[in-house]
Amino acid sequence: MSCNHDGDRGHLYIKSSMPEQLSLDFPSPDNLQLVLAGSWLLTGSAPSATDIEEQLQVRGDIRKISFNGTAVTQWDSGLLTFLARVYRLAGEHNIDIDPNGLPDGARRMMALATAVPPKEDTGKHGDEAAMLARIGQISLDMWRAAPEMLHFLGEVMLSLGRLVRGKAQFRRADLMLIIQDVGPRALPIVALISFLVGLIVAYMGAVQLAQFGAQIYIADLVGLGMTREMGALMTGIIMAGRTGAAFAAQLGTMQVNEEIDAFRTLGFNPIDFLVLPRMLALVLVMPVLVLYSDIVGITAGMFVAVTAYDINTFEYYQQTVRSMEWSHIWVGVIKGTVYGLLIAFAGCLRGMQCGRSAQAVGEATTSSVVTSILFIVIAASLLTILFQQLGI
Amino acid sequence: MVQDLTMAYGDFIIQRDLSFSIRRGDIFIIMGGSGCGKSTLLRHLIGLKAPAKGRVLYDGTSYWESPIAEQERIKRGFGMSFQSGALWSSLTLAENVALPLGEYTDLGPGEIAEVVSLKLSLVGLAGFEEFYPAEISGGMQKRAALARAMALDPEILFFDEPSAGLDPISSRRLDDLILELRDSLGTTVVVVTHELASIFTIGNNSVFLDPETRTMLATGDPKTLRDTSPNPGIRRFLNRGDI
Repeated sequence: MSCNHDGDRGHLYIKSSMPEQLSLDFPSPDNLQLVLAGSWLLTGSAPSATDIEEQLQVRGDIRKISFNGTAVTQWDSGLLTFLARVYRLAGEHNIDIDPNGLPDGARRMMALATAVPPKEDTGKHGDEAAMLARIGQISLDMWRAAPEMLHFLGEVMLSLGRLVRGKAQFRRADLMLIIQDVGPRALPIVALISFLVGLIVAYMGAVQLAQFGAQIYIADLVGLGMTREMGALMTGIIMAGRTGAAFAAQLGTMQVNEEIDAFRTLGFNPIDFLVLPRMLALVLVMPVLVLYSDIVGITAGMFVAVTAYDINTFEYYQQTVRSMEWSHIWVGVIKGTVYGLLIAFAGCLRGMQCGRSAQAVGEATTSSVVTSILFIVIAASLLTILFQQLGI
Repeated sequence: MVQDLTMAYGDFIIQRDLSFSIRRGDIFIIMGGSGCGKSTLLRHLIGLKAPAKGRVLYDGTSYWESPIAEQERIKRGFGMSFQSGALWSSLTLAENVALPLGEYTDLGPGEIAEVVSLKLSLVGLAGFEEFYPAEISGGMQKRAALARAMALDPEILFFDEPSAGLDPISSRRLDDLILELRDSLGTTVVVVTHELASIFTIGNNSVFLDPETRTMLATGDPKTLRDTSPNPGIRRFLNRGDI
């Protein structure tokens, strides 16, 4: 809002150094008059309404508030916010407001601001709940989230059933595109992380093993560690951040744009069309990525052994082959595939649950990563115990 | 036809006790002030949201009480143009229109391409087949969405705020197109709008929703409502505030 003053336009350009001034006056015993002077700007510091409130409390007989604004030189929203405060006070004390003494423009703006009464009962309740109530609410919400997840799981299962019977509707081109996106394009980051993890495992182990002159067992350590656990786990965590989040953001944005509703109205099942190809792609790609990660990790171990511990490359290779069993590789690949399934599930779940705003897309993405990693950790523990019990 | 419909999000009731009927060949306007639940009513009509109470009947069949297969059959007769267009952003315009055609008809790729070109030229987008939705303007997206909605020659076309964000000439063309579709194909059209010009040019039946009382205030021809409605709120709305 431009600074203006009724009447003399010349005031507009005169920089008034006089700050806002407020004094109280009583033309008659039941009439409180606010005398305003100086420039009332947002950049200044508008006086608080506490003085007025005090007056209203001390003198219970005030029936009317009027204004005298002839000495106001400049004003903008700073004056209006102050007036809004006064109006609210007057409303609380059931006192009439006589806006006639205000500068013309300010009077009209206040008339505009008070024209539509604040809407009550909009379904939003402002009161902050107490700590315990909030904890209770959060627990209840979590409890309610479980059926929602199961519902989604059920829909995915039905969709899988249709896939098996060849009735699922989705475009093969979509599947190929997603595979390309989650597979080949993820190779560099998977390679980098796996190489570093291989390096770390080799060094950590080598320091201990070298005390017994048993450096050659670095090969066993790295080979077993990468294939059974680290390859799958690292790939899983990378994919949770890279692909699971992407799934959630894609589906969430589609939810915001009503694209998913468009699928529903046209009779397409969005689970078949959007979720199924994503889950399939990740489940198909994960085993390959895990094997790739294993190989890179073992290479990193070899690099450490050869450069820092003076072990012959062929020796290292021999030792790795001797220690390796097919079951180790299978265990890693199975774990990785399970992680892939869980990541795609979490990403798609959060994407489909997304609300209708940009904020909600961000929340969906965050929540998908958190959920994926939680799922991965739980699955990793369960599978490790299971394989141990089975003696694999 | 809608019978005693109550709509709610959780415990928050949007509108209650809505009853009106839409005849074949009607251009039916859902109108009312901002935030009164017009779009929500539309979502109920096209089967995206289940009513809290009441029924939505199509030719006497209650949508939500029907088995899934029946619901799918009813939905096949719908075309919907969403408020934001809702084109599938990973597909070109041609693919957007072709997707339902490929799924629900036995046409070959060549014939589908012809139908797609025809539908796109009907909405003035001939030559834009290979564009992605993000590469064209908002108004063009809306028209492309209409082309998709018309792909399967639906019996009922639903529009959510068709003229929002369109310039006066484009929105006039859209109105003409809607009238033409009704006259030549006999399509029933349901439009959510508060564009008075459109309401009077195309609408011959309507329902007026009120956010204050959270129910419908009237149903009928908007022109009649404007002139003779006993309710001053409706007359004010339809006369842009001057009675």
